[in-house]
Amino acid sequence: MNKILLVIQREFMTRVKKKSFLLATILVPLIFPAIIGLMVYLKSESEKNKEQELIYLLNDSALVTFEDSDRYKYENVEGPLDSAKSTFSKSEAFALIYIPELDIEDPKGVAFYAKSSPGVTLVRGFEKDIESQIRDRKLTLAGLSDDQLDQLKTSVSISSFNLSDTGDEKKSDAKSTFWISYVMGFLIYIFLFAYGSQVMQGVIEEKSSKIVEVIVSTVKPFQMMVGKVVGVASVGIIQFVIWMVLMGVIWAVIGSLLGLDPSQAQAAGMTPEQQQIQSNEILEIIQDVNWTQIISLFLFYFLGGYLLYGALFAAVGSAVDTPADAQQFMMPIMLPIIISLMGLFMFVFEDPDGTVSFWLSIIPFTSPIVMMGRIGFGVPAWEIVLSMVLLVGGFIFTLWLAGRIYRIGILMHGTKVNYKVLAKWLMQKN
Amino acid sequence: MSLLKVESVSKSYSEHQALANVSMEIPAQTIFGLLGPNGAGKTTLIRIINQIIEADQGSILFDGVPLNLEHIKNIGYLPEERGLYKKMKVGEQLVYLGQLRGLSLRDATKTGKEWCKKLGIGDWWGKKVEDLSKGMAQKIQFIATVMHEPKLIILDEPFSGFDPVNANLIKDEILELRDKGATIIFSTHRMESVEQLCDHVAMINKSEKILDGSKAEIKEQFRDGSYYVEFKEGEISSGSSFELISTEDIGRGLRRALVQYSAEGNPNDLLKELIGQVEIHSFVERIPSMNDIFISLVKGNPELVES
Repeated sequence: MNKILLVIQREFMTRVKKKSFLLATILVPLIFPAIIGLMVYLKSESEKNKEQELIYLLNDSALVTFEDSDRYKYENVEGPLDSAKSTFSKSEAFALIYIPELDIEDPKGVAFYAKSSPGVTLVRGFEKDIESQIRDRKLTLAGLSDDQLDQLKTSVSISSFNLSDTGDEKKSDAKSTFWISYVMGFLIYIFLFAYGSQVMQGVIEEKSSKIVEVIVSTVKPFQMMVGKVVGVASVGIIQFVIWMVLMGVIWAVIGSLLGLDPSQAQAAGMTPEQQQIQSNEILEIIQDVNWTQIISLFLFYFLGGYLLYGALFAAVGSAVDTPADAQQFMMPIMLPIIISLMGLFMFVFEDPDGTVSFWLSIIPFTSPIVMMGRIGFGVPAWEIVLSMVLLVGGFIFTLWLAGRIYRIGILMHGTKVNYKVLAKWLMQKN
Repeated sequence: MSLLKVESVSKSYSEHQALANVSMEIPAQTIFGLLGPNGAGKTTLIRIINQIIEADQGSILFDGVPLNLEHIKNIGYLPEERGLYKKMKVGEQLVYLGQLRGLSLRDATKTGKEWCKKLGIGDWWGKKVEDLSKGMAQKIQFIATVMHEPKLIILDEPFSGFDPVNANLIKDEILELRDKGATIIFSTHRMESVEQLCDHVAMINKSEKILDGSKAEIKEQFRDGSYYVEFKEGEISSGSSFELISTEDIGRGLRRALVQYSAEGNPNDLLKELIGQVEIHSFVERIPSMNDIFISLVKGNPELVES
């Protein structure tokens, strides 16, 4: 036991002392918010700087009219359509809309011409506009006054709530749960790959530098493997905790800076009251998310998933002499990780409680990523417990399996290894 | 009193037998040469003694006690395939390896530093291993093997990678360690170092032990009554008490013959007959070298082969 601690300590210290660790630990929490901030900034800038576009209009119908907006300025052109088209193609205009004489019961033949193919939402926007104008016209024909028409217009925004078993209700925000799930699932995915391959690299390095034989004469190969896997894991956890703390600090600093600066919100067209309400709601949602639960589950699933895959990565490292040889064995390890990520996008975000989402979050090989993806949407306690128990069983199994391969592989040099050989090692007595 | 007793140890891998019923005793405070051609099973035996792998059958007694994990701190092992963590500093590395052998952090630091000073690499304590020359790295490995004062030191080709000066330095250290009470198992293919260092020798060939005993005994066993005779003029021809094996010119008008007396004969009869034939300048027994013994045994030839 004492010796495993020594191995863990060495693995931990040699990695933490590296300059690359220091750089990654400090830079990542700075770079990520910076990239997100930059993208938000660029987006708002490009919105702001968008020029009013000119649209030619050939309107033969009295049913619809277009008014200039911030985005579009309309200019009537002379018909017929062919000459309008040729005027348009020679002009700088953004689009040409042709509206023939419309039958109110069956409006047909509206056309939209643009020099490049227009986005779906753009065309859909015009369709909606025309539809509502025609509907208004029909309603007027049916005898409604303009006042009555105005009164018909209502605006509804839906607030969604999560209702728990005990009857407490919490305001939920589909957007924020989506982001939490996305970030957590993806983070586990990255961690599994990054730290799993570190374990493999470490084992290959020990093998190629030929230190192994000295080490295994003092510790059992299994202890050596577990020590390495746990040592690298503790580096990962330390790094994650530092990131969280740093990001929390940066978040707080940025938040207080923005909070003191109301001019930006006003520039965005919000009254101070609106701004107050909105920021209160955001705060409420952030507070309502159960961060303790999410972070502790994250640590559990990271550790569990990492132990499960780390052991397999270690086994692959022990079987080969160079990283290039490792490629052939990577596929079966990477496949379930990639399936997890695809499952996250294809099933969990669509239907977090569906059958596929459920099974993917229960099976140990996919549960770390998929369960973290589901957590934000609310998962029944028994499912979490079942998934956690199976994950513990899963990594105990892979540690055992990997240990059997590791103890033989680590002492083999220059052997051509394939799956048959691995199976033989697995069965071989000590 | 033997420090290590190997009792009918067998080990086989799926397709071949690596050790077949091998027994040997390694006397305390000796240098014990473990010889054999490549693939004979030496490494397997060494790994079993180091508890890296387990024997299928047989047992090993260390100081009269069945070998167990407690003995790790009493054994030092320098494998033939050896290396160090390249990115670690010399000092960190020695302390780590010392701790794995059961030293405390303080003792490992202290003895590590003493040894580095002793072998003339004291200034390298804080340097990274990747900056070391091969010879220096070999010294570090040697220190890591002996720093915890093990009772049993297992050295597999300890001189490879050393220049003659440093090889001598290490040789002296090995002798000193033995004189201070350590028992050393020494595996090598370099027979001249076996001649120089070993007190006892055992040889494994094709997974079986084919030779075991003190070096003097073995040499005695392989004496075959042959003598080199240097003489002037004339010819030696086989007589009643001996047989002529070969003759050659060695310059200055001298010739040298290899003669062997027959089973019933003795050196005096041989000499008497020779004096009658030629003028003798020197008469010397041909003592078989370890090299000769090794080659003749491996080739399965009981007759000595001259190298």
